[in-house]
Amino acid sequence: MATAQGASLDRKKLLADPIMVSTIVVLVTFLALFILYPLAILLVDSFVSDQGGITLDVFKKVLAKPDFKKAIVNTLEIGAITGVLSTLIGLLFAYVEEYVQLRTKFMSGLFKVVSILPVVSPPFVLSLSMILLFGRSGIISKTLLGIQDSNIYGMRSIILIQTMTFFPVCYMMLRGLLKNIDPSLEEAARDMGASRWTVFTTVTFPLLLPGLGNAFLVTVMESIADFANPMMIGGNIDTLATAIYMQITGNFDKKGAAAMAVVLLSITFVMFFVQKYILEAKATATLSGKASRQRMLITDASVRIPLTIMCSAIAIIVIAMYVCVPYGSVITTWGRNYTLTNKWYLKVFNNYRGADAFTDSFIMAFIASPITSLLSMIISYLVVKKKFALRGFIEFTSMLAMAVPGTVLGVGFVRGYSNGLFHTGILQWLYGTAAILIIVFVVRSLPTGTRAGISALRQIDKSIEESAYDMGANSFQVFMTVTLPLIKDSFLSGLVTAFVRSITAISAVILVVNPKILLITVQINEYANRGEYAVACAFSTILILITYTAVLGMNIFIKYFGTSKAQAEEA
Amino acid sequence: MAKEKKGVKIEHVSKIYQDPKTGKDFYAVHDANIDIAPGEFICLLGPSGCGKTTILRMIAGFESPDEGEIYLGGEPINELTPNKRDTAMVFQSYALLPHYNIFDNVAYGLKLRKMDEATIKQKVTNILGLVGLEGMENRMTNQLSGGQQQRVALARALVIEPGVLLFDEPLSNLDAKLRVDMRNEIRRIQQEAGITAVYVTHDQSEAMAISDQIIIMKKGVVAQIGDPHTVYYRPIDEFVADFIGESNFLRGKLTQKDGNAGVADIEGHQVEIADVAKHQIGDDVVLVLRPESATLADEGALRCKVTLSRFMGNYQNYQVMVGNTLVKITDFNPKNHKIYEVGDQAFVKFGPKDVHVL
Repeated sequence: MATAQGASLDRKKLLADPIMVSTIVVLVTFLALFILYPLAILLVDSFVSDQGGITLDVFKKVLAKPDFKKAIVNTLEIGAITGVLSTLIGLLFAYVEEYVQLRTKFMSGLFKVVSILPVVSPPFVLSLSMILLFGRSGIISKTLLGIQDSNIYGMRSIILIQTMTFFPVCYMMLRGLLKNIDPSLEEAARDMGASRWTVFTTVTFPLLLPGLGNAFLVTVMESIADFANPMMIGGNIDTLATAIYMQITGNFDKKGAAAMAVVLLSITFVMFFVQKYILEAKATATLSGKASRQRMLITDASVRIPLTIMCSAIAIIVIAMYVCVPYGSVITTWGRNYTLTNKWYLKVFNNYRGADAFTDSFIMAFIASPITSLLSMIISYLVVKKKFALRGFIEFTSMLAMAVPGTVLGVGFVRGYSNGLFHTGILQWLYGTAAILIIVFVVRSLPTGTRAGISALRQIDKSIEESAYDMGANSFQVFMTVTLPLIKDSFLSGLVTAFVRSITAISAVILVVNPKILLITVQINEYANRGEYAVACAFSTILILITYTAVLGMNIFIKYFGTSKAQAEEA
Repeated sequence: MAKEKKGVKIEHVSKIYQDPKTGKDFYAVHDANIDIAPGEFICLLGPSGCGKTTILRMIAGFESPDEGEIYLGGEPINELTPNKRDTAMVFQSYALLPHYNIFDNVAYGLKLRKMDEATIKQKVTNILGLVGLEGMENRMTNQLSGGQQQRVALARALVIEPGVLLFDEPLSNLDAKLRVDMRNEIRRIQQEAGITAVYVTHDQSEAMAISDQIIIMKKGVVAQIGDPHTVYYRPIDEFVADFIGESNFLRGKLTQKDGNAGVADIEGHQVEIADVAKHQIGDDVVLVLRPESATLADEGALRCKVTLSRFMGNYQNYQVMVGNTLVKITDFNPKNHKIYEVGDQAFVKFGPKDVHVL
């Protein structure tokens, strides 16, 4: 056949490049072992009976539990409400930033802080802060209002906390889309006599609709996958993530947990495919045009003042809640004695093996981040720049990991490796080591890094690499001398993102970790659950300091040694 | 300068792509047969989507032919990867490495060939001299103008002394005047280096000015191969005639034939033709008449009515109707004879050798 020759020549050319071939083999093995296999074992566990036949018994048993059914309903309800609220607040922020004249530096500063906070902070900080403010001995609930036993645990708190945690993500996504709306479209509508509100409802909003859907679904997936907040502030409300955790740690029913994980996974998969293949494409397709010029910002006081007040109020509340945690770590007795003290920090390091926890977490995140960043750059390079048979598999699998909630991955690793591959004992030595935790870190951060890498590489003219290839460089030389230097910035930020994500990760590792290894996040979770909030605050504060330093360090590094700077200096 | 000039032979080469919209396969290149002699400068010319760049990229090795074989210097190269092929390409976007300065860009290929530093330095200096960029070694690429970047790209390709030099529309990002200067430069450097060159362009005047042979492509198929003079004056079909320069097509029947010469009936007029060797009396014929080969006069071959007359500075632009056929005429230096106005009756005047019969 005609096409067969071209394909076979392409294959021969690929095989002529041994480094490339071995890279692909290693990658495919890694992805298959640590992303696909843990998910596959969950299916095997929940569908194959002990005798070896296919059965639905495990599912029947799990679904028969009223608690579990309740957990499904809770999860979806929380997800939907959080999704709507986060999208709306995100839209408000994005609209104000892109359309309304923000007069003061203070306002743009607020916006910037709001967008960076959730990135650098561990997932449960807001829950902790909520307890400090409104809990049984909270500043606001007890000290100010005198309420004796305020109960903040429950669904409403989860929704509130998740909304505050996730709306910045919506804000960033929608801001990018609003930026790409050509202002002349709106001016044309204004010109034909539409009021500002009509322009918003007939032009801006419809153009943005797929983007809003996209932001909504992304948030719902985040909310459904969230483990730390429901765990800390959910009280007796269970979500799927916490139910699965309890099933393993409380009931020791690993098979049941596997089946529950399959249920959770199916929900997120459906959303992921709708989001990834329908909404994301639509959202960018309608708004692919570059804005032709600067937008005339709205200066009307009647629009400007209420919108900015609304945004700053929300931003200040969120920031105040974050500040609460470090404050809580230096107070003698929360709710009674507000004199400053360092006793909690002393306790962390002297009594609670704080130094060990930070060392373990730090070292593992430190090892995981370069692996993640390099892997994601290699994957992006292969996906964007190369043609080969397994490219689809590599792209699909690494993106798939995005749809897998941490808890599901955790159960998959527990089931997949505690007795070796397919319970045969092969690779069993891996289980319980620091190595497997590092692998979990890598898998959890890989999709974000890969996505960033792919978009960075798409910016680079394909012919730049082709020219190097044409000059006689092989794939490895092209990658090292051309690709990597050109995406240095993206590599660095991938490095730091992976580090931050790893050191603040909890949902997957809490299931895989063994008692010999101390992780900060797991410690925080434990002390918060025990009610030792000041200790949890002290742990969290140090963690935030570490992550913030890492992000700050990266920004400074990129500023002085980044791509654009280096070029200017050599010249 | 090249170690060895190499010829390129393309034998029954086809490339099949899938239409992203319909999902159907189609031939981007269909059964191309091209023989390029060592040291020759050939242009692949055609409208966008005609497959010219695909052929170039198959020679470079970025695409693999679905049918046929490509030879470089007599060796089959189908299975070689681009980095193993003795080709060097100059890209449309120049594709300079933005994180290297000029010297490192040009030296890139030499470093890959593990040459010692002194040799590299000498070769780079020489080649930068040849392209007129001496002393610019330490500049970064973003400090150069488009024309200078183009020269760097050319130097980088030349310095590795490839068997064949490939150009992918290298001048399309330059402004019109610079384009003319650069194409003369490229031709001069190619001649000096004595290197085989394959050059893709959609600009027919560029192709005319620069090449020994022009290959005109249409929808994946080679329409005509020939030197600039042949493809202009003896186009093989209406597509080529229309694509290279402007053409009038006069349709009629051959009424007389005497040896090679003959007479055709065009809109009721008897038109003498110098060469009708391939046709018989009674055949339908299409006469190609270049606008600059004809003039308007008070007597001539075809009676016509002027429908447009426009002064363009160095020429007078006419459109006239001969019966139902529109004829365009470019009359240089019209003030020496007569300028016709719209509505005037006149004659289209040309000689038997001014028309080419399809």
